[in-house]
Amino acid sequence: MNINLTLIGQAIAFFIFVVFCMKYVWPPIMAALQERQKKIADGLAASDRAARDLELAQEKSAQELREAKQQAAALIEQANKRANQIVEASKEEARKEGQKLIEQAKAEIERERNQARDALRAELAALAVAGAEKILETSVDASKHNEMLEKLAAEL
Amino acid sequence: MAGSASEYIQHHLQNLTFGKLPAGYVRADGTVLEDATWTLAHTGKEASDMGFWALHIDSLGWSVALGVIFLILFRMAAKRATSGQPGALQNFVEVMIEFVDNSVKETFHGKNKVIAPLALTIFCWIFLMNLMDLVPVDFLPQLFHLMGLEYMKVVPTTDVNITLGMSLSVFALIIYYSLKVKGLGGFLGELTLHPFSSDNLFVKILLIPVNLLLEGVSLIAKPISLALRLFGNLYAGELIFILIALLPLWAQWTLSVPWAIFHILVITLQAFIFMMLTIVYLSMAHEDSH
Repeated sequence: MNINLTLIGQAIAFFIFVVFCMKYVWPPIMAALQERQKKIADGLAASDRAARDLELAQEKSAQELREAKQQAAALIEQANKRANQIVEASKEEARKEGQKLIEQAKAEIERERNQARDALRAELAALAVAGAEKILETSVDASKHNEMLEKLAAEL
Repeated sequence: MAGSASEYIQHHLQNLTFGKLPAGYVRADGTVLEDATWTLAHTGKEASDMGFWALHIDSLGWSVALGVIFLILFRMAAKRATSGQPGALQNFVEVMIEFVDNSVKETFHGKNKVIAPLALTIFCWIFLMNLMDLVPVDFLPQLFHLMGLEYMKVVPTTDVNITLGMSLSVFALIIYYSLKVKGLGGFLGELTLHPFSSDNLFVKILLIPVNLLLEGVSLIAKPISLALRLFGNLYAGELIFILIALLPLWAQWTLSVPWAIFHILVITLQAFIFMMLTIVYLSMAHEDSH
């Protein structure tokens, strides 16, 4: 249990070790630790940012999808409307055309009937005159009785 | 048997001492020295007769060797330190450094580049020195006996010179930082005007000796308690290992194994306490509270 020079020797060794540790051991390891801490913090921040970006992108894509759907729906609606319009229009046209054809046909019929009636009337007049001539056995002055005959014909 | 047992114990507790014996000294083997001689002590009595000018080669040698091992290990890790994926050694070193750094940050709030590396050195070095306690007590002494060295004490912290050498260095740092932070006046004021204080100037002056005595004792007690706590724990532990080694061979392991397992706790705890108290003392030296 002697107190001797060992004490001073130990103190010197202690001093040297501490200085060495302070100069060559502590700073590099501390620097590495801090750098790693920073790296990890950066990495976490980046992943946060990426997650946020992803969320935004998803939102955006969803919105675009929605818009596209709306557009498509609008287009289909328009197309339907347009098709209906076309169908209506062609129906209308067809109806008109039919009407026109019917009217034309009616007019034609009317005209032909009139023609036939006129022809009949003329023939009838001649027949009546011939009949009367036969009855009377006299010639009838056509020009004298023309007026009367025409009146007769108009009554037919 | 009693004689040989106490001889065995004494032999184990004797340091390998290199010192100066005065002229005319009668050595253990009966020879008389003609001149003052630097030599290795052959007995405990010779060692104590060498007085202050002697070195405990074994304590100092082992402590320096262990300190160098610690520094080489940590320097290797520091050189290869990378902020990427650390290897096993770097991982271990980082764990130690973060542990010490956290301990320092919890206790010491000032700015000082010395305290953290100082604490790291203290913890690792003392832990390694204490660890030598777990080497079987006869192992290394026998080895060195074969090499012709009579005494070999392999646990440096069972040598009070080693622990005192460290605690006095810490004490010097306490004084240095007290003076640096508080100035001479502040430091003296802290020693003389507290804990008892008065508004009356006369009473204040009367209280100075009382305060100086109290504060002086508490200041001096710091390095002494620091050194003796570590020394006492390790010396006692070593002594018990030696006593266990005196038992018959078949009984030894029943005691030495539990004691060694318990001692793993003790050596870590003592290294931690020495480090923590150093941090506390130095942070007290930095606090300008009065």
